[in-house]
Amino acid sequence: MEFKDYYRILGVSRDASQDDIKRAYRKLARKYHPDVSKEADAEQRFKEVGEAYEVLKDPEKRKAYDQFGANWKEGQEFRPPPGWEHGFEFSGGGFTDTADFSDFFEALFGRAARARHRSGFRARGEDQVARVTIDLEDAYRGATRAIGLTVPELSPEGHVVNRPRTLNVKIPAGITEGQRIRLAGQGAPGIGNGPPGDLYLEVVIRPHRLFRLDKRDIYLDLPVTPWEVALGATVTVPTLGGNVELKIPAGSQNDRKLRLKGRGLPGDPPGDQYVILKLVTPPADSEQARAFYERMARELPMNPRRDMGG
Amino acid sequence: MATGTRFISGLVMDENVTLTLGELSRSCGVSAEWVIELVDEGVLQPLGRHPSEWRFQGDALRRAQTALRLVQDLRLNLAGAALALELLDEIEELRCQVRRGEP
Repeated sequence: MEFKDYYRILGVSRDASQDDIKRAYRKLARKYHPDVSKEADAEQRFKEVGEAYEVLKDPEKRKAYDQFGANWKEGQEFRPPPGWEHGFEFSGGGFTDTADFSDFFEALFGRAARARHRSGFRARGEDQVARVTIDLEDAYRGATRAIGLTVPELSPEGHVVNRPRTLNVKIPAGITEGQRIRLAGQGAPGIGNGPPGDLYLEVVIRPHRLFRLDKRDIYLDLPVTPWEVALGATVTVPTLGGNVELKIPAGSQNDRKLRLKGRGLPGDPPGDQYVILKLVTPPADSEQARAFYERMARELPMNPRRDMGG
Repeated sequence: MATGTRFISGLVMDENVTLTLGELSRSCGVSAEWVIELVDEGVLQPLGRHPSEWRFQGDALRRAQTALRLVQDLRLNLAGAALALELLDEIEELRCQVRRGEP
């Protein structure tokens, strides 16, 4: 197993006071709380920080951990020396669910967790939340995904082992950012003969090159020329379902929002696609082009700053 | 992926899913009193007058679970969790405005 540098994880020095450790933990717990943080690895970071604090907040565990010294590096292959825990008595985990902790933690401090599981107690397994990242096209058409999970289980010897598990899941068309899919009975196994918990898959949609998503509506910035907005035009516009023809009304201005009804994500009702016109002017990079702009200035005089008193 | 792989379908917890007070409490593993406190705090807004008639939308489950975790993990009280949820909603709304391209 890999050595875990709990001091590095909390960003404190090895001689940090218990108060410093507490403050560092609380700050990081808020930062990486999976409900607060949008970072993809927030859940993992939050668990790591919780595991580090579980050890360092307890002077006994910290003392035991400290005897490995500063020579160990994060990720280095590690085996605890036989009988290393002699002379230490661990009081066990408090509020934190140690079942999610690393093999490193389990090898060093696992006894308390095992004692808890042995008590003949029966309870429904915990609900779990996993994030699944999909492309916008998948949200439009629906998709299937193989979800990798680890399931804490009790081995016949009473050790907590993390068993990898793959779930093949259908993601329905029309799912939107942040929505959850409940998979009944796919959460953590029950304790004793208790039923398993549920698994919630929280959907994260990758940013798209062209489209922006707001619930089921799609937003697209569409570059247009001055003559297209002034005179009106029919232009080809990409949508998730393929190209469509859009009529730009004559006399449109920059930032005008046009709606393509029902062209957003499917649903009841389906979302719309909004096309936002973005005016692009041709560069005055030739004698001819400059002359043309000068003629426009003469023949189409306008003061767009009139409302500013300009 | 090999053909013949079986895919499981779940329930999308959207506005079309409604939960009673009992269902929501069981799904979160908390007491009904705790859910009632969330309603009193304004975190959840069920339809219906009396707790026995309350109907929560699917998204209420996510909100209740988030509040529960904030209370457990960050040692917030309910008012603090309610404030955090409101601020998270506001951040999400601002993100949506950015996505819509609004100033």
